[in-house]
Amino acid sequence: MAMLKHPEKIIFEYSRPQRGSYGQWPTEQGTPNDVAADIPENLRRRKAPMLPEVSELEVVRHFTRLSQLNFSIDTHFYPLGSCTMKYNPKACNQYAMLPGFLNRHPLAPESTGQGFLACMYELQEMLKEVTGMQGVALSPMAGAHGEFAGVAMIRAYHRARGDLARNEIIVPVAAHGTNPATATMCGCVVREIPVNDDGDVDVEALKAAVGPNTAGIMLTNPSTCGVFERRIQEVARIVHDAGGLLYYDGANLNAILGKVRPGDMGFDVIHMNLHKTFSTPHGGGGPGAGAVGVSQRLLPFMPIPVVGKDGDRYRWLSEKDLPQSIGRLSAFMGNAGVLLRAYIYMRMLGREGMHRVGEFATLNANYLMARLAKAGFDLAYPNRRASHEFIITAKKQKNDLGVSAMDIAKRLLDYGFHAPTTYFPLLVPECLLIEPTETESKEALDGFIDAMIAIQKEAEAQADLVTSAPHTMTVRRLDDVRAARQLDLAWKPAAA
Amino acid sequence: MPFNPHTPDDVEQMLAAIGAKKIEDLFDEIPKDLRIESLAGIPDALNEMQVGRLMSARAAQDGTPLNFIGAGAYEHHIPSAVWAVTTRGEFYSAYTPYQAEASQGTLQLIYEYQTMITSLTGLDVSNASLYDGGSAVAEAALMSIRAHRKSKSQRILVPTTLNPNYRKTAVATASGQGVRFEEIACPKGALSVADLEKYAGEDVTALVIQQPNFFGVLEDVDALTDWAHANNILVIASVNPTSLGILKPPGEWGARGADIACGDCQPLGVPLSSGGPYAGFLTTKMEFVRQMPGRIVGRTVDANGKQGFALTLQAREQHIRRGKATSNICTNQGLLVTAATIYLSLLGPEGLARVANECHRNLGELVGALTRVKGVKPAFEKPRFHEAVLLLDRPVGPVLAELARRGIVGGFDLSNDYPELGNALLVCATETRTAADIEAYADALAETLKAAVRAA
Repeated sequence: MAMLKHPEKIIFEYSRPQRGSYGQWPTEQGTPNDVAADIPENLRRRKAPMLPEVSELEVVRHFTRLSQLNFSIDTHFYPLGSCTMKYNPKACNQYAMLPGFLNRHPLAPESTGQGFLACMYELQEMLKEVTGMQGVALSPMAGAHGEFAGVAMIRAYHRARGDLARNEIIVPVAAHGTNPATATMCGCVVREIPVNDDGDVDVEALKAAVGPNTAGIMLTNPSTCGVFERRIQEVARIVHDAGGLLYYDGANLNAILGKVRPGDMGFDVIHMNLHKTFSTPHGGGGPGAGAVGVSQRLLPFMPIPVVGKDGDRYRWLSEKDLPQSIGRLSAFMGNAGVLLRAYIYMRMLGREGMHRVGEFATLNANYLMARLAKAGFDLAYPNRRASHEFIITAKKQKNDLGVSAMDIAKRLLDYGFHAPTTYFPLLVPECLLIEPTETESKEALDGFIDAMIAIQKEAEAQADLVTSAPHTMTVRRLDDVRAARQLDLAWKPAAA
Repeated sequence: MPFNPHTPDDVEQMLAAIGAKKIEDLFDEIPKDLRIESLAGIPDALNEMQVGRLMSARAAQDGTPLNFIGAGAYEHHIPSAVWAVTTRGEFYSAYTPYQAEASQGTLQLIYEYQTMITSLTGLDVSNASLYDGGSAVAEAALMSIRAHRKSKSQRILVPTTLNPNYRKTAVATASGQGVRFEEIACPKGALSVADLEKYAGEDVTALVIQQPNFFGVLEDVDALTDWAHANNILVIASVNPTSLGILKPPGEWGARGADIACGDCQPLGVPLSSGGPYAGFLTTKMEFVRQMPGRIVGRTVDANGKQGFALTLQAREQHIRRGKATSNICTNQGLLVTAATIYLSLLGPEGLARVANECHRNLGELVGALTRVKGVKPAFEKPRFHEAVLLLDRPVGPVLAELARRGIVGGFDLSNDYPELGNALLVCATETRTAADIEAYADALAETLKAAVRAA
């Protein structure tokens, strides 16, 4: 685990006037570089932008060093709940970066993109099959973007029927923050409902919440509590009977891939996080892809563009083909390169591989849960199966030893493990949401279990070792209050 | 299955620890009637060699035509170091940097990016990225409504010189919240203060100005910005980052500068790649920082007083604020920000200006060569940057189809979005086009137009 331990300077601190990576310039150093006379004086830049003046080696070394300050899947076990940090196969990157794909202009004629479009069309078809939906649109660029498309379609559906009062979106309290934020962005009102002690939606509260204003409900299943919503069919009936539609947040689709499908559960619209379930990289905060799937009645409302097929020719479907579409959500067609990676991954998994994703993700989670419970950690839902993730509550450690979930998370970094998701979902006190994914070996899981047991012992014997962690990273815990109060959001040269 | 490390022995031991007989038992909470047995529609698995063959064939099928389209995505030279470093696993396979101590690399990189993009646009603060240039306009419009508290109208003026796909994205993204986008026709290829006068004194929230505009024409940004501010209207600038190597940054437009600048990082080391992934950028004045959407990185200190970086102002964001967040954005385009930051570091201020000047020079050559072809003339005789509109003497579609057959992607047909312009074609040349490329295009166009005459 060769993490760089010393800090790296800001790139501007390497900068020297008249140094540069000259080999990257289109015209030679020292030749004229004047702005053409036909660009009016008042539209020109007066002072050069502050960009570093550094050699190519300095750039490569600086950013390589920065990379070494990160945890990543390639270097560390990353059991981040609800984030599905599985291995990102190298083949997906290599073949998505073939020059024929990289150099294709998004507005180039379809005749020069048949190979690419074939991949996209087949990806739509495969996603339909694994989710049980009737149509798929690929353009949303992240999970929250897919959520937006989904709720916008629900709204468009009700409006097209003249059902204008339906503007309430029901969201369980355990939902991702993006769910209520999305509902607001779509101009809807959010109604939160509780979940019961077993982690399932409170069906009585749902019955009381639905009515003539209900546009729909947004659900993650398995939920962020790490359990499968057992009464999903009843939930679907209640919402549909009230005239609402069901939205499936695909954040946890990995848990059930090849075992059960959102379309069969009664969902009308779903988004899939291709950067979770279909193993495209997270990139330190994107790019993702939030493809959406719809049932029959939402087909006319899909965001454009969608890939269509006429005979053996592929083409983009536009507003002309889908006049009721919610419209365009990106300048072009979304994160095409991410979609290619997901396509390659799905082709490598194949039919049988799909089942095994859900199976081994679930096996790993249940194994980890059983072993940690046996070691004395408290489960939030001890009577339930884990889906592909589960929750430990460190309430006991907090009350008895003064060691919080955050402290345990930070101490795990010292042991070479990325922290689980902490303090989410909000309803579980001192929450650690743990998702191992199917690509981790038993040895990796055992190593994590050993670390957790060791940290528990430390907490009992020498709590301050845990509460002051991490000790072995480049930096200790950071002053977040100062970061927000004394805003320093861009580097400035020291005053001369 | 290719990516599972489990041996039969492992499975057996793990099931024993769980107290289950078989893996299937772990799904016993899922109602039986919902369970599926097979996914008939999924093809058989391919191993890496097979998938490599398939993808190589698909990529080769599309060929490598000579490209003359811009229209929001630009072919530039991408230094080898950009993607060699960007695809390092420690960047490529890391998560959003919530655990700051284990993510200092990504966090410092975003801080450096924020520094570069604010300097480039002449504004104070930047976020860590949005999806693309289109969604950036949408988010900027929503942000302007939060920032302009005195305006109650939620009216945003968008000239037709703004990229039509950006306009469509803004409408689809923001209209659910009651934002109204009013289009201003610009038949002369640029927005003028005269076009705006009818809005003087009205309650308008913001005006969007694209520079260079969708036609490649340079807008009179000082006059437009000053007019907007005199009428209590905020200014949103949609700008091409390459052009900012030589063009006035939005923060210096008019007397007070644009209020928000946004655009697409694609020209900064990001391949065309059929439209994405790219990265939207958004910068603004310090007074509006709390209205920004998306992630922001700040420099702070750790428990020992040592410099470190962390996500900050998170109270704006969905994971804290939920329904009251400034946006629902969560995952953004981090890896493309990585590429753009490395690109800007390699080019530096002089390199970026050289790229911009070379683009501009090549466009001049291209327009000169193409307008010497009979049946082709320039549409707007105005100052411009690396793109221009040409008028043909016949419909553009069939001409482009014939050029494509000859291995040339000849430009973007404007007739769908701008029927009023007639047979209009938007062409682009960047620093990557050589004199020979331009000559090849001019020859092919001349032959195509001649052949079509003969056929007629």
